[in-house]
Order: sequence, then C-alpha cells, then structure tokens
Amino acid sequence: MKYFARKIGLLLFALFVAVTLNFFIPRMMPGDPASDLIDKMQGVPPEALESIKVAFGINTEDPIINQYGKYLLNILKGDFGISLSRFPTPVSDVLKVAIPWTLGLIGLSTIISFLIGTVIGIGCAWNRNKSAATFTVGFFIFIRSFPYFWLGLLFIYLFAFKMPVLPIGGSYSPYIPKEGLDYFISVIKHAILPASTIIISSMGAWILTMRNNMINVLAEDYITVALAKGLPLKRIKGLYAAKNAMLPSITGFAMSLGFVVGGGLLTEMVFGYPGVGLMLFQAIQAKDYALMQAIFLFISAAVLIANFIADVAIMLLDPRVRDGGK
Amino acid sequence: MLGDVFKLFIENKKAALGLCILLFFITVAILAPVIAPYDPKANKIETIEVIETERGRNITVERENSDEFNEKRIYSQTVTTTYEKNTKKFPLNSPPTSEHFFGTAHSGQDLFSQVIWGTRITLMVGLVTGLFTTILALTLALVSGYFGGIVDDIISLFTNVFLVIPSLPLMIVIAAYITVKGVFPIVLILALTSWPWPTRLLRSQVVSLKNRDFIRVSKSLGEKHSYIIFREMLPNMISLVMASFFQSTMGAIMGEATLEFIGLGNVSIVSWGTVLYWAQTNGALLSGAWWWFLPPGICIALIGTSFALMNFAIDEISNPKLRKR
Repeated sequence: MKYFARKIGLLLFALFVAVTLNFFIPRMMPGDPASDLIDKMQGVPPEALESIKVAFGINTEDPIINQYGKYLLNILKGDFGISLSRFPTPVSDVLKVAIPWTLGLIGLSTIISFLIGTVIGIGCAWNRNKSAATFTVGFFIFIRSFPYFWLGLLFIYLFAFKMPVLPIGGSYSPYIPKEGLDYFISVIKHAILPASTIIISSMGAWILTMRNNMINVLAEDYITVALAKGLPLKRIKGLYAAKNAMLPSITGFAMSLGFVVGGGLLTEMVFGYPGVGLMLFQAIQAKDYALMQAIFLFISAAVLIANFIADVAIMLLDPRVRDGGK
Repeated sequence: MLGDVFKLFIENKKAALGLCILLFFITVAILAPVIAPYDPKANKIETIEVIETERGRNITVERENSDEFNEKRIYSQTVTTTYEKNTKKFPLNSPPTSEHFFGTAHSGQDLFSQVIWGTRITLMVGLVTGLFTTILALTLALVSGYFGGIVDDIISLFTNVFLVIPSLPLMIVIAAYITVKGVFPIVLILALTSWPWPTRLLRSQVVSLKNRDFIRVSKSLGEKHSYIIFREMLPNMISLVMASFFQSTMGAIMGEATLEFIGLGNVSIVSWGTVLYWAQTNGALLSGAWWWFLPPGICIALIGTSFALMNFAIDEISNPKLRKR
C-alpha cells in the first residue's frame, strides 16, 4: 500500500509540475514572445486579443501569484482558453476531436510494438549465440537510430508514392460515408503506414530491453538448477526466465513511453493524421499558443497516467514490490 | 585506470566499429570546406575574371603645403578594368549526377555540399549538448548521491518527475516561445529536457559506490570530500559517464533534427535537420526527389548507430553477463 500511495503522490506531483511549467514557460522566456505575437497580429477580434493578454499576463495589474491561482482554477474546470487559429472555439473542444485518433493510433501501435518486441527480445536472448539473433539486434539498433519522422517519409515515398498501394495521409477517405464496413476499412488502410512507422521504430527499444533483462535472468542460479534438473527447455524459457525478465521490461516500457509518444506525434505530423500531433504542428505554425499548451498538458497527463498504470501493473505482478513496499 | 578502460573499449568489436563511424563524420565535419565542392547555399557558380586593365593618364590635381624644402602633390589616375563574369547555374531538382553526387534541391543548391556542411552543425550541436548534459547530470548525481539528505530527496524527486514528463512536447513548447533563433538556444533546450535519464543512472552508481569499502575507509581516514569524489569515485564511474555522454549526444542529434524538421530551429543554417525541413517544405517527397531526404536521414542513423554500438560495448564491458560465452 505504501508503494501505491507513493506512486499516486508522484503522479499528482508530476501533473502539478507539468501544469506549473505550462504556466511559467511563456512568462519566463526572454524577448517577450507574447507581446511580439500581439504586435504581429492584425485583424484579430479584440476578444481574442484580450484572451491572449490574459493567458500571458500582459498589461495586467494582477500580481503573478493571482494569475497563477486563476490559471490553476481554470485548468481544474477544464477551461484551457480559446484557440486562436480556430477562434472562437474553446481549446478543449478542438482537442476533443483529435484525441480519439491519437489514442487509437499511438496507443494501439505502442502496445503492439511492445508485445512483438518483447517476444523477439526473448528469442534473441534465448538464441543469443546464433548469428540470426545478432543480426536482428544489430538491424534494430540501426532502425532505431533513424528519426521517426524520417522513417515515415520513407514509407510514404515507398508505399504511397512509388507503389501507390496505401493512402498518403489523413485518417479516412473523405469520399465515402462515415459509417459501415467501408469506412472501417478505410480507417484501417489509412492507419497502416503511420502505425507501421511507430511499431518498427519503437520495437528496437523493447527488443533490447527484453533481451538484456532476459540474459541477466538466464545467468541466475535457479535457471542453472532448472537446466540441471532437466526441466523442459520450453518451460524454463517461458515460465522461469521470460516471466521474470518481463518485470523490469514493464518498468522500461513506462520509462520510454514519453519518448515513444513523442515519436508518435511526429509520425502524425508527417502523415497528416488528424490527431493531437498534427494539431500540435498546426498550432506551432499558426502560433496558437493556447492550443499548443493545452496539447502539452494533455500529452503529459496521458503519459503520466499510462506510467502510473504500468507502476500499478508492476505492483500487482511483482510480489517483492507488493509485499515489501519496496 | 583510464588507459585500461580505453583498451577494453577498443578491443571490443562493436566499440571499434562505432568509433570508426564517429571518427569518419568528425573528419568530414572538420574538412567540410575541403570536401564540399560548392557553397551549400549557392545555386550557381559565378567566376569573375579580369581580362584587361587599362590605365588612364596621370593628372596632377593639386599641390599642397609646399615650401622651399617640401613638396606634396596629389595625383589621381583613372583605371578601366574589364571583367568577365561566368555564371553556371545548377540544374534544378536534379537526381544525383557526377557533378552533384546527391543531386540538387528545388532551387538548385548542391545537396552533397549541404550534407557535408550540415555535418558540422549537427555534430557540434550534438557533442556540445551531450557534454553539457553529461556535466549537468554528473553534478546533480554527485551532489544528490554523495551528500544525501534533503538535497538528495529534492533532486531525486525532480529527476523522477522530469523523467516521466514527455520531453519532446516540452521541447517543442519551449522552442516555440524562443524568439532568438540560433544554435545556442537549441543546445540549451535540448540539455534542459534531457538531463533526467543520465542523472538517475549516474546517481544510482554514486550511491552504490558510496557504500563500498574503499570509499568508507577513505571517509573514516578523513580524506577530503573533493579527494574522494574526484580521485576515488569518478575513475570508477568512467564507463557510465561515457555511456551517458553517448546517449545524450545521440538524443541531442535526434532532438535537433526533430526541432529543425518541424521548423522550430534556425532554418537559415545548414544542418541535416534543416535539409530535411526544406525537403519537406518544398514537397520533395511528392515530386519523387528521394535524393533530397534520403542522405540526411541515413547520416543521422549512422551517427546514431555509432553511439548505440559504443554504448552497447560499454554495457558488455561493465556487465559480463551480456558478453558472449
């Protein structure tokens, strides 16, 4: 229970830090970007200008601590301000449209990638003296070194331009009704390339983590004993080694999640996939700071919560953590 | 001590290969002016030659300050010079040829020269950021791990928090607010968002070293903190510090390319990230200009692989279980 309480505490504190960073970053930047922005804006409705001024704390008599208080209160109410590029839509409404796409694409791809990567990692560790295993590990080290967005570009070039078998971008075909099997197939087709990008580029990390954990476990005495006893190899591999090696792998999964999600966002940008990542890209280009910051908060919250879930999973799976409060 | 680590490192095949790749790119970066055939930003070569110079007559203009002994005259002369200017425009959007190894961009710039010059900025940003991050992380790790107490609690708490806050969105938000576009802000942003990993890694090593016998003996003998830290702990942390440095540098190169690709860097400099940015902005992909975006990505991956290989080697050296038996 102590472990659980500590993890909840860490989650809440991390959320608080993210929210606070979000408040202070625009206020701490040199060169006063907000005034700069306002100077550049022409033809913007005065209400929009006013909302920006409030958001950045320009020309207000309010001491910063009061601004901070109001900001926190608004966040708790789910009020993230008004999107500048889609004025006068509130940021939260803009986000709502994008979130399902991102959860579907990045969420599913990450899980698939983790599962496949773990299985390959187990195989690579078990057969670590075979050249196929060495080659696989080397191959994925190389693949992992490519920037996500670049692999996305390559996939678009190969499979949407050279051999136009898959759609080039977007998340569904605009020419068919948004219902039924056809729509479903179109959504799947549009997701294949971006999902493959995320899966292939993140898989290397899981393979390496799992492989190293597994090799560490395989060197343990109880594995030697199990081998000496003549237990079936399959049993040793699955039940004795892989199961124990999974635990640190899940921790590793939680730790690397932020990185993978970052890569996923870039993938969305490259493929024009209408999720949070593409929205972030559009917000940057339109200098829609309110939207950009809400996206930062959303992504941070999502990653922090996913992390927390992984921590709870560890607690349930690992008796040492569960009982020892370690 | 250092020599031993280095020898072990070089004897490892993976490390040697990684080091070779890295040295190759460092050489390219240093020799960029020699290797690159053209100016990376130019889309033509202009040569200007003097054909003929014709001097006019000397004309005395005035006489000044003259007395019996001194005389000063000012002359002026007209010179007519004839120049020949040859402009050779590069082909636009051309696939690789013997004159342009990596082809040319949309508006004619030589992409081979861009990739060569880009190596400089990319490597410099990567290495400087890597160094900066490692020093920052090492300092935090030593302060929190060695001295412990409340400082340790605070540093560890923030390390754990920043470890899970996704760094790319954070980087993007900070970069979007920065109005000064240069190389230095990028280094700063990258370092400020990538310190938690190495800090955590190094701190756990400091804590484990602190409880070893030889450090305890030194402490009870009353050695100075500085002596214990710099002479007894640091030498034992070399491999981990190196691993942190490699990882941070690799992360920085990726991060820089990413920021530049989405247009948050300084797009007027030539680096691998900006080459990709311009390729994307000018629709290289959909005009089939594979030569525009392929080389920078492959270079990034090669550098990344080189650091990954060296990191892997360090893992193997310090963790004998991972070695082949």
